[in-house]
Amino acid sequence: MQKIPKTPKCYVGGAFVRSESGRVAPLTDYAGNFFANIPRCGAKDLRNAVQAAAKAGAGWAKRTPYNRAQILYRLAEMIESRSAELAAAVSDRGSPDLQSITEVSATISRIVYFAGWADKYEQVLGSVNPVSSPHFNFTLTEPVGIVGVLAPENAPLLGLLTLILPIITSGNSVVALASRSRPYPAILLGEMLATSDLPGGVVNLLTGERKDLLATFATHQHIRAIAAVADHADATALEQGAAESLKRVKILSPQTDWFSPKHDSVWPIRDFTEAKTVWHPIGS
Amino acid sequence: MLPKTSPALRRLLDDVGPVDEAGIQERVTKYTTRSIKHGSKLFGLRLALSMVDLTTLEGGDTPGKVASLCRKALRPHHAPSIPQVAAVCVYPSMVKHAAKHVKGTAVRIASVATAFPSGQTPLKSRLAEVRAAVSDGADEIDMVINRGAFLAGELQLVQDEIVAVLEACGDATLKVILETGELATCDNIRAASFLAMQVLRPGDFIKTSTGKTSANATLGNHQVMLDAIRDHFLATGTAIAMKPAGGIRTAKQALHFLVAVKETLGDAWLTNTRYRFGASALLNELVRQLETQRTGAYQAPWTFTEDSTGY
Repeated sequence: MQKIPKTPKCYVGGAFVRSESGRVAPLTDYAGNFFANIPRCGAKDLRNAVQAAAKAGAGWAKRTPYNRAQILYRLAEMIESRSAELAAAVSDRGSPDLQSITEVSATISRIVYFAGWADKYEQVLGSVNPVSSPHFNFTLTEPVGIVGVLAPENAPLLGLLTLILPIITSGNSVVALASRSRPYPAILLGEMLATSDLPGGVVNLLTGERKDLLATFATHQHIRAIAAVADHADATALEQGAAESLKRVKILSPQTDWFSPKHDSVWPIRDFTEAKTVWHPIGS
Repeated sequence: MLPKTSPALRRLLDDVGPVDEAGIQERVTKYTTRSIKHGSKLFGLRLALSMVDLTTLEGGDTPGKVASLCRKALRPHHAPSIPQVAAVCVYPSMVKHAAKHVKGTAVRIASVATAFPSGQTPLKSRLAEVRAAVSDGADEIDMVINRGAFLAGELQLVQDEIVAVLEACGDATLKVILETGELATCDNIRAASFLAMQVLRPGDFIKTSTGKTSANATLGNHQVMLDAIRDHFLATGTAIAMKPAGGIRTAKQALHFLVAVKETLGDAWLTNTRYRFGASALLNELVRQLETQRTGAYQAPWTFTEDSTGY
């Protein structure tokens, strides 16, 4: 049977889209052979993705924490059944080696890990505060809104999801730019997200050159926070651009070890929540 | 099921000539491919903003809601470079409340009348509605034509009713809503346009739709009406104005409509005395785009005050 060449597309608002400009960049496999053209997204694509994220975000944040946990767990199930395909993508369409198989299984474990946190982080991050007046005083967390993610190059699947998972666990929505050199796992991830129960638009995955999008990520006022793997120059550009809109910026080093168990923690969830403190009067 | 085309409608259709639907579609598709950058984009956005009829036509309209709409119309944004809109558009009962806020300013008061949006009440009560709105201070009246009569071929009745409303308007500008979605064919839209234009004064409007049905202003039916206005102008020298309404929500759409106007009618129609957008959500989109151009950063929607969500 003849092999059908594939057109990889970005995953935005629950739909598969090409870049609006129609620009593409060729992608090669491990042996250097041409494999496919990957969309090269521009500022307009990012703006569309932000709109999709805004549309989906409110509904996602209103889901019960228990429901968010179920949906994330279901995502792990969806990915596990296609783990061989994903491992092949991680090894740039060579035969899956130990490294890529480990990356996929670590990714699945991490999804399950954060699924577990979805209905528990509030107990850890929220608090009941002692005050010297007749009030109940308690602090709750709220999602910040739309969060931009700039993925690392060294672990195209695990790194991307390690950034995305804590963000969506608390009800934020995400606009992510996949690894530039190895975007294909993110393309496949989009196809798996589409078959999971995660509402379309909660996670939006773009591909392309970081330099085309960096400034827009930093200055777009609707994006409320950024989680980025960035070198010093990119980090400076992001922080300067983000200053005007008081955007929260979390920078991780390009040398980050994504397999490290330190990523399994509640603190990345706190990074993308706001604390709301409520004073509730009680009788004397 | 449409009634069989009556002899009177047939004659009118023959008089005004047919519309090449495929040609219209081809032409309007081209409008969306024009590259509008920087200076022209800014010009277009400002122009579109100055042409907005900021509209609230809801059962839930209150004097307070109309007051905030008027303040929004007078000052859409705190940046001084953002112009005022052309008019506020409200129901007749709200005209006196709008008048308190915008009378004496450059913003005009438009009121839908004649049993908007269906037009299905006796002519006498429709005319009374028009007179009431005008005496309360409406500068412009948006009327709906009697579509039932038009489709049944009672063209004289349709035209007589327009003339009657025109008389009731006095000095107020009249906008005739054809409700293109209910006219079924492009030929009918062209015929209805001519039927209205034959009796209108220079500066009166024809308008695509009420915005209350699922069929809204599209570049296609808009183009049919623009062509009719051009043909009427070339034949008689009477310049009729145009107002698309309903479904125009994004700044980009607004620019596409302006491209159609410029390329069909020319620069003389690129002013808010000859062209209007009936819209509510569009205003915030235009201001948002203008602010994006001014600051260089895409703006979040909460930066702008809410207007009504009528259309």
